[in-house]
Amino acid sequence: MTRTISFSEAINEAMKLAMRKDENVILLGEDVAGGAAVDHLQDDEAWGGVMGVTKGLVQEFGRERVLDTPIAEAGYIGAAVTAAATGLRPIAELMFNDFIGSCLDEVMNQAAKLRYMFGGKAKVPLTIRTMHGAGFRAAAQHSQSLYAIFTHIPGLKVVVPSTPSDAKSLLLASIFDDDPVIFFEDKTLYNMKGEVEEGFYTIPLGKADIKREGNDLTIVAIGKQVHTALKAADLLKARGMETEVIDPRTLSPLDEETILSSVAKTGRLIVIDEANPRCSVAADISALVADKGFDYLDAPIKMITAPHCPVPFSPTLEDLYLPTPEKVLRAAAEIIGDETIIAV
Amino acid sequence: MTVTKPESKSLTKEKAKWMYQKMCEIRQFEDKVHEIFSKGILPGFVHLYAGEEAVAVGVCAHLNEKDYITSTHRGHGHCIAKGCDLNGMMAEIYGKATGLCKGKGGSMHIADVEKGMLGANGIVGGGFPLAVGAGLTAKLKKTGAVAVCFFGDGANNHGTFHEGINLAAIWKLPVVFVAENNGYAEATPFEYASSCKNIADRAAAYNIPGEVVDGKDVIAVYEAAERAITRARNGEGPTLIECKTYRNYGHFEGDAQTYKSAEEKEKHLKELDAIVKFRNYILSKHLLFEQELLQIERNVAETIEKAVDFAEKSPFPTEEDLLKDVYVSY
Repeated sequence: MTRTISFSEAINEAMKLAMRKDENVILLGEDVAGGAAVDHLQDDEAWGGVMGVTKGLVQEFGRERVLDTPIAEAGYIGAAVTAAATGLRPIAELMFNDFIGSCLDEVMNQAAKLRYMFGGKAKVPLTIRTMHGAGFRAAAQHSQSLYAIFTHIPGLKVVVPSTPSDAKSLLLASIFDDDPVIFFEDKTLYNMKGEVEEGFYTIPLGKADIKREGNDLTIVAIGKQVHTALKAADLLKARGMETEVIDPRTLSPLDEETILSSVAKTGRLIVIDEANPRCSVAADISALVADKGFDYLDAPIKMITAPHCPVPFSPTLEDLYLPTPEKVLRAAAEIIGDETIIAV
Repeated sequence: MTVTKPESKSLTKEKAKWMYQKMCEIRQFEDKVHEIFSKGILPGFVHLYAGEEAVAVGVCAHLNEKDYITSTHRGHGHCIAKGCDLNGMMAEIYGKATGLCKGKGGSMHIADVEKGMLGANGIVGGGFPLAVGAGLTAKLKKTGAVAVCFFGDGANNHGTFHEGINLAAIWKLPVVFVAENNGYAEATPFEYASSCKNIADRAAAYNIPGEVVDGKDVIAVYEAAERAITRARNGEGPTLIECKTYRNYGHFEGDAQTYKSAEEKEKHLKELDAIVKFRNYILSKHLLFEQELLQIERNVAETIEKAVDFAEKSPFPTEEDLLKDVYVSY
């Protein structure tokens, strides 16, 4: 049975299902309940996170399992690492991925490396949920998409869902995965509605999804840029071009096979990634295809990314910063050698 | 903050024997590593714990296998006091496949999670949140375990010190923070780097007990640790213990230690040695006889020789081990 719920509700539902299934699953983070130890506050009035994504969890699971933390990311993210290594299965919320600067050591040097450094004698079943993405007029320190940093680090898994259904099933898979997972939630997708199955279900990490099939052009897009790709694909169809849109869903592990098979079929690749371009996932996927799929290519690979600048505040500038379907069309026109595409 | 005089009410003969043996193991292990390192056999960085034995042993004497510790880059002593296998430790320092971490961690990352040893740590200040996390598990799963965070004076200015202790205090977690103030963070004196007279004074900022003890006196450490661990097990929250101690060797092997004065070294190595002090105490209290102590020392020497032999005869890891254990599944 499916019903229509939002991206945010899908994530909330995944956490509820996980916490019902396993009492070792706890949630900790800044205001994930909200109003801890405020006498007059009833739990049903609690915030449930700054965006309300964790609303209702404290009512059902209590403050022992839904823990408000001080604004001290190194402290509680680090604590979540060993809470995981000693028998819990924590979900730690890093409110904005931009705050990783305050706790990168705990993720990069502790969570990611314990298992390897200890010769396989530890596991860290930790999920760090974190908000990312531009378009919210939140400026340079609350809008980045920093998944490339984590994708670079062995020992971590990186998930970036684009739809409510994927968000739910991938979050459940992440929580019950025995490795540390960084789970990215685009804040501009929270209100997006979609069909979502009821009940507990997962999809495997490391399996890309072909969001649209086509033979003429492959677009690999990350997170909400999947929707930019789908809009561009609609526009290209009007010009008689069939675009294949691939959503990797997890950046680590990366489903190389699905990407390479698609390029083998279409001969053309555009990668859309709203992160900054240098050392980005877009650059990584482009390098993958250049390295392992060069013979499939009929045209140069194109990357549609943010420019090499911080996310600006002013709406006019932020709109210029982000990828758009028009930018995709321009790239498509260039690699197909048909300028008329741009006029669509 | 209080300074406590040792009384040793609870020290039994068996406990004294265990403690003396562990202190000897640490000293002889480290002296041996020092000797081998000077021959150029060991890869990488090595930071030796010799001189600080009373801290690890005095604290770990109260712990069982369910309890956790987090450690530092100077972690051999903590590993030994928490019961890690000496053969496995030595092999790990050699980078051998039979090491406790299969040669993947080395001196700075020796761990044995099953024994509650959550790892030496190459990051100064890395252990505070990690001990808090182990304490959180103990509290939520009601295991009765405590987590002890050993750290050096160099870590007490790190942000994680504040974040970790504060978190343990507000959640009343069963965590004990044990400062090993050996006077120097690498080559920088404590007095220069820390705007406090004692690390334990900082406990006041978190509204928890702070206690300074003579870290060269294992009985003093043992008693302070007993108070702190009892408090932790009773659900009353964390304690900060500062052990004033001294490292006999440099920050790392190869450190010329120019920042230490000759008089200071002489005093600590000759007059204030923790093992000599405890040995005299044992004899004066008739806890063990001279012959028993000599026997322990001889047995330890034999064990250390065997550990070196085991390490040297063990194979190195091979190419097929390179990509193992990055993930549980990938």
